[in-house]
Amino acid sequence: MEPAVETRSLTRVFNPKKKKEGKSVRALDLVNLKIERGELFGLLGPNGAGKTTLLKILSTLLLPTSGKAFVSGFDVENEFVEVRKRINMVSGGEISGYGLLTVRENLWMFSQFYGIKSAVAYERIDDMLSKFGMLDKRTEKVRTLSTGQRQKMNVIRGFVTDPEILFLDEPTLGLDVNASRVIRDFIVDWVRKKDRDKTVLLTTHYMAEADQLCDRIAIIDDGRILACDTPENLKKLVKASTTLKLDVTTLKDKRILDTIPGVEKFTSTDDLENNITSLRFVLNDDSAVSDIVSGVIRGGSKILALRKTEPTLEDVFIKLVGKGFE
Amino acid sequence: MSESWIIQNLRAVRGRAYPRILGAQREPSWIFFDVVLPLLGVAAYVYVYKFMNAPSEFVGFVILGGAMTAFWLNILWSMASQLYWEKETGNLSLYLIAPVSRLSILAGMAVGGLFFTTLRASSTLIIGIVVFSVTLSLSSPIMLIAIFTVTMIALYGMGMMFASLYLLFGREAYHMSSLMTEPIYLASGFYFPVKALGYWAAAGASIIPITLGLDGLRQLFYPSTSAEYGFLPVELELAMLAGLSVLFLFLSKLSLDYMEKLGKTTGRLTLRWQ
Repeated sequence: MEPAVETRSLTRVFNPKKKKEGKSVRALDLVNLKIERGELFGLLGPNGAGKTTLLKILSTLLLPTSGKAFVSGFDVENEFVEVRKRINMVSGGEISGYGLLTVRENLWMFSQFYGIKSAVAYERIDDMLSKFGMLDKRTEKVRTLSTGQRQKMNVIRGFVTDPEILFLDEPTLGLDVNASRVIRDFIVDWVRKKDRDKTVLLTTHYMAEADQLCDRIAIIDDGRILACDTPENLKKLVKASTTLKLDVTTLKDKRILDTIPGVEKFTSTDDLENNITSLRFVLNDDSAVSDIVSGVIRGGSKILALRKTEPTLEDVFIKLVGKGFE
Repeated sequence: MSESWIIQNLRAVRGRAYPRILGAQREPSWIFFDVVLPLLGVAAYVYVYKFMNAPSEFVGFVILGGAMTAFWLNILWSMASQLYWEKETGNLSLYLIAPVSRLSILAGMAVGGLFFTTLRASSTLIIGIVVFSVTLSLSSPIMLIAIFTVTMIALYGMGMMFASLYLLFGREAYHMSSLMTEPIYLASGFYFPVKALGYWAAAGASIIPITLGLDGLRQLFYPSTSAEYGFLPVELELAMLAGLSVLFLFLSKLSLDYMEKLGKTTGRLTLRWQ
């Protein structure tokens, strides 16, 4: 059986309309990916990494500059009609639909573009609204919904057509913990149902979300796939390393940390309001800890907290990219 | 073209038409803004003609023209510019990834717009007739229905073509629609018989279906004025409108395919805030 998604040396370059508008941007650079059917696959990367561009190409909204992309075995460039029959897409922060329609009417309207019989559509809509705890909102106009409720409605829109492959572009962006949890649980349930070959390609820049949900994760930055494996295997990349976190009073000169032997990568975040600098190190030699501590003190800062931690995806990201997400 | 494909596309037409049809019920403020206010504009022309002792038919001409402006405004602001608004709200990408013909989405917009606008135009017409005591002497109801129907097909076909051409527009969409409002009121003879522009100017304006449609409707409502004020024989106008219908529907399909491909290549299809 064909993989759900396959890309071969996929490249996308955006050229400015006019020269004075800036340089060309290489949003995707020779991306090779294979996502098997039934996978919940995560694409993890910071803003501007190329996640949305990849999703736009796979959902037939954008053409590649070079290379090939296949969805369910169909070429997104030449067989886009076949691709569209098998997919749907939901984006975080989406404001789709019409405010004067009710939640149920909006969802029904979008189902009509997939030729679903009204009776079937209403049954699915009510079932999903119930699972999302929104059945009591079904007759409310969309313009009266909160951000979280609206995003839940958008997610339902993606599932209601029962696609083979669902593209979720940061589906929990900006949502509170509860709304995010409901959406995540639903995504997992949908993919894990038995006897189905449903595939989800999820982009996110929430490390914990990717870690919790995905069977496999590709880390993308500057349009390039830096690593692709299960969360556990990705974490093994830094298993031989030690992760050290330090909170110190604002450290103005961080150059002192650049040259410490045994430090593989480090990131820092300044919280100027509270006068705190958070440092995160990936070490390949534990003896670097004492040098870091003395370096911080020499830099005029006081150590507020220090802890060694289990490697997380964030550490993997720092190791691969050389910077954090923030 | 399988039966299921046709049913699927008909469902898409119904789905997209639904918000527009429902809008007429859910936002009754349109009665004031879209019926009462346009009547004030029409009234100005009525009083000018009355003051000049123009033939009484001119009052009917103006009211008919005033009612038909609703269709032109609908074409400009709710058909041509619509995909620009849909892009801004995020709906456009959802329409584009749907496995139906884009024409069925546009047709849904047209059907919904036609329903709502016919309601508006009829209200303007009826109120205008009552308020200004207009007498109509309809000669051929069947021909009237034929002219109106074919005019609407050609007009909304043109709207679908504009929608495709506007697909990659940013804020220019707003300016373009503004540009085509007042000049077309003049060129299509909304407030006077288009024949007054002279043969060649009226012939040029006939590319806008509403020019011929309005002239035909006026001739049918006032058959005695045909020879003096009618631009072309009604039968010829009907044939020309049928030709324009085919032309615009064909061009809308062509332009939609081209603009979609262009948008996918340049990346502007889903680019907001242009």
